[in-house]
Amino acid sequence: MPRIVRPFWPPLIAGIALGLVLLLTFWLNGYGLGASGFFTRLTAWLGGELAGPMTQANSYLGPFLKGTNPLASWISWEIVGVMLGGLAAAVAGGRFRPRLDGAPRLGGGGRIAMALGGGVLTGFGARLARGCTSGIGLSGSAPLAVAGFLFLVGFFIVGIAVSFLTRRAWA
Amino acid sequence: MSLPLYDNGVASGLLCGMLFGYVLENAGLGSPRKLTAQFRFSDWSVFKVMFTAIVVAAIGLYAATAFGLMKSGSIFIPTTFFWATLGGGALIGAGMAIGGYCPGTSSVALASGRLDGLFFIVGMVVGTALFAGVFDRIEGFYNAAAGPASQTLPQLFGLPEWAVLAILLILAILGFVAGTMFEKIYGGPLTAEQVEEGGDAAAVMEIEIVEIRAG
Repeated sequence: MPRIVRPFWPPLIAGIALGLVLLLTFWLNGYGLGASGFFTRLTAWLGGELAGPMTQANSYLGPFLKGTNPLASWISWEIVGVMLGGLAAAVAGGRFRPRLDGAPRLGGGGRIAMALGGGVLTGFGARLARGCTSGIGLSGSAPLAVAGFLFLVGFFIVGIAVSFLTRRAWA
Repeated sequence: MSLPLYDNGVASGLLCGMLFGYVLENAGLGSPRKLTAQFRFSDWSVFKVMFTAIVVAAIGLYAATAFGLMKSGSIFIPTTFFWATLGGGALIGAGMAIGGYCPGTSSVALASGRLDGLFFIVGMVVGTALFAGVFDRIEGFYNAAAGPASQTLPQLFGLPEWAVLAILLILAILGFVAGTMFEKIYGGPLTAEQVEEGGDAAAVMEIEIVEIRAG
């Protein structure tokens, strides 16, 4: 049965919509959208479950384990929402499909290795930058923080540079 | 009524997240091929969507403060730690060029059925654990060259906020024009049909077979 794939929104429309969502988030909560904060809490929680004493003794993740469950936070609900919203949009647009996305020449093993490797760099980088593309790049730049724009400069310059090495895997 | 409401509750998290994920997926930013095409200049959706969102939200925050709905200094503004902020951004740029995602978009990717998004998330957890493991040794670098707390562009350049907003708006328009020119040279941005029809790294069935053989 042929699927009906609906087109993406034009970038201007999507950008205005995203700007309004970001504005709503600031007005409701006093801070903007994020993502990596959840994965930090997830790491702290996993660490606490799998290697409790070591994680509790760690100077970076330890504080997350003091008191309540590290996952009991606004950002966890936000990421649950991101997944629900993404799922709803993909299903409504005829774009939901289980797959490994990437260039065919990469193959399954190659794609998994690149996803894992890119993820490791991103996880480390997000902790170093104190946020990710959403939390610092987008939500920092909207209130005109120098940090937000500095982050984006590093993000785009190095992304473009590394892309020269990986373009055959993606093009 | 005075903004922000500092709600920070479950319903607010779910609502903001759902809208965020819904917009990202509809913009095509759950596709790693569309995301990485930005770095090859053939698809400017990342730049266009992000820059538009920044300008819209910045004008909204400015207007709300100007009309007295919101007090200045009442929202979170990150502080610059020059090397950590720049270096972290650089690593996340490299991570996207290699892995195809950033943290938010990998969540949308997983929600739209992309299992590579799940592997990226596993990688992020490992990267976060690695950071925690070396944190004591890099703490100096992490806190080096700190800027003034919550410094903004108007403060840095000594310009009024409206002037910075006007400059950003002009840069956004120029970026749109330049991006569209590049997109035309490279055959246009990836459409939803191209994303859905064009090559997968592997169909899910094939992966299972590979795993069985490996096992």
